[in-house]
Amino acid sequence: MKLALGSAAGARRLAAAYGPSAVLLALLVAGWEAWVRVFDTRPYILPAPSRIWQGFWETKHLLPEHIRTTLAEAVLGLGFGAAAGVTIAVLVAGIPLVRRVLMPLLVVSQTIPMVVLAPLLIVWFGFGMTPKVVVVALWGFFPVAVATADGLMHADREMVGLVRSMGANRLQVLRYIAVPAALPAFFSGLKIAAAYAVGGAVVGEWIGASSGLGLYITRAQTSFRVDRVFVAVVLIALLSMLLFAAVHVLARLATPWMYVRTEEETR
Amino acid sequence: MSAPAIRVEGLEHTFRQKGREVRAVDGVDLEVGEGEFVALVGPSGCGKSTLLRVLAGLLVPTGGTAEVGGVSAVGRPGLVAFMPQKDLLLPWRRALANAALGLEVHGVPRKEARARARALFGVFGLEGFEQAWPAQMSGGMRQRLALLRTFLVPSRVLLLDEPFGALDAITRRGMHAWLQEVLAIEPRTVLLVTHDVEEALVLADRVVVMSPRPGRIVDAIAAPFARPREPGIVTEAAFVAAKARVLAALGEGDDPVSAGEERTAPGA
Repeated sequence: MKLALGSAAGARRLAAAYGPSAVLLALLVAGWEAWVRVFDTRPYILPAPSRIWQGFWETKHLLPEHIRTTLAEAVLGLGFGAAAGVTIAVLVAGIPLVRRVLMPLLVVSQTIPMVVLAPLLIVWFGFGMTPKVVVVALWGFFPVAVATADGLMHADREMVGLVRSMGANRLQVLRYIAVPAALPAFFSGLKIAAAYAVGGAVVGEWIGASSGLGLYITRAQTSFRVDRVFVAVVLIALLSMLLFAAVHVLARLATPWMYVRTEEETR
Repeated sequence: MSAPAIRVEGLEHTFRQKGREVRAVDGVDLEVGEGEFVALVGPSGCGKSTLLRVLAGLLVPTGGTAEVGGVSAVGRPGLVAFMPQKDLLLPWRRALANAALGLEVHGVPRKEARARARALFGVFGLEGFEQAWPAQMSGGMRQRLALLRTFLVPSRVLLLDEPFGALDAITRRGMHAWLQEVLAIEPRTVLLVTHDVEEALVLADRVVVMSPRPGRIVDAIAAPFARPREPGIVTEAAFVAAKARVLAALGEGDDPVSAGEERTAPGA
């Protein structure tokens, strides 16, 4: 894996990849600022980007603590969710009876609104990090389980036949074919889970917490500091992107063959 | 003389497809001696692949016996080195790891397995590509790698199911010459399935012709000339006569070499 960030070619590639998004974002922010100034919108209705920046500057000494809490909850929840997802996937893919019994229940589990469940989790697990980690895990296990089970079940039959002809037992078939074949699907599921993890942690904190970006939002709302709410929103977006990017890097390291052609094209 | 490398007697196989009974193979007897190269030709769906899958232990036939080296191969994989139609290289393994797969499955420690695979990369024309991913290799190279993987499976009996079917005619001819060289260095018993009559006669000691479904053996023709053979023999009278006999057995007047089956190799 080569990330030639230092070189001119690398910078050009980065600009080509993310330039258009950055330009669009800058235009939207500028338009927003102009709108608020021209129509003189009240800051508790819609604060201007400059006002949000000010809000960030005022509270920047408080933010690291909140970010640490939320990120820790998101990462832990993602970890537990992924572990649960993989376990369920193995059972679902390996045992047809489990598949028939569990699959409908899993889908139902995803229809329960997390805002309804979160207060209950706080009753069960208290105000600490645990209920937030549980929220993230409950949110994250599903895409991981579905994608991984799919990957495990769609291992190439002919490849399985090939290693079986070599005398491979069930465990070897799993090790040489099914698991590597399912890895890309697992990472697809994990990416979806990662994108929602920070949001899940914030929803958990929102109901009741002693630290975290969710708490920061509740406090900002009760004092009508909409600018600070937006500060949290931007931070949540940035953290989500960070987590997503981390999973992407992990995927590249764990499944290098998936990126072979991309490397050739960009070389 | 000990048991033949391959012995098939009264092999039958019937399977159900869309509610109908389909008889794929009907009473096939076949013996392949140690070190012999036998080519199996026949029209599509004549049960050639069924026969190979039975010998590979992947398919339990509805009747008859199949032995490899005097041991029943029915429902018992691991006796032969099987090369399926597609190269089936594992995309998540680099070339070297793909080549060593059979050894690793047989419990050879990874390091030793890869060292033994590495030693043969030159013979198989793959030197310098040990660390390449399959997606980075051309069709011909992938096929040679698949063959190397097959040669490294700890078995003296190779089953090759249309190994060159996906290659263009020119590459295929090159592979024929090269396979003969490899067999001279690393001798094996080979059962080759093909629908290319010329390929069968260039490579094999004996060409066994099967009928359309249900598959039966209709003729066995000894190929002229000793192995290894020059590509030029295809125009010699004895070769043409043998080819005519195979074609007659197939009940076809025209050349069944299928064209237009070329596949573009990924990364080529």
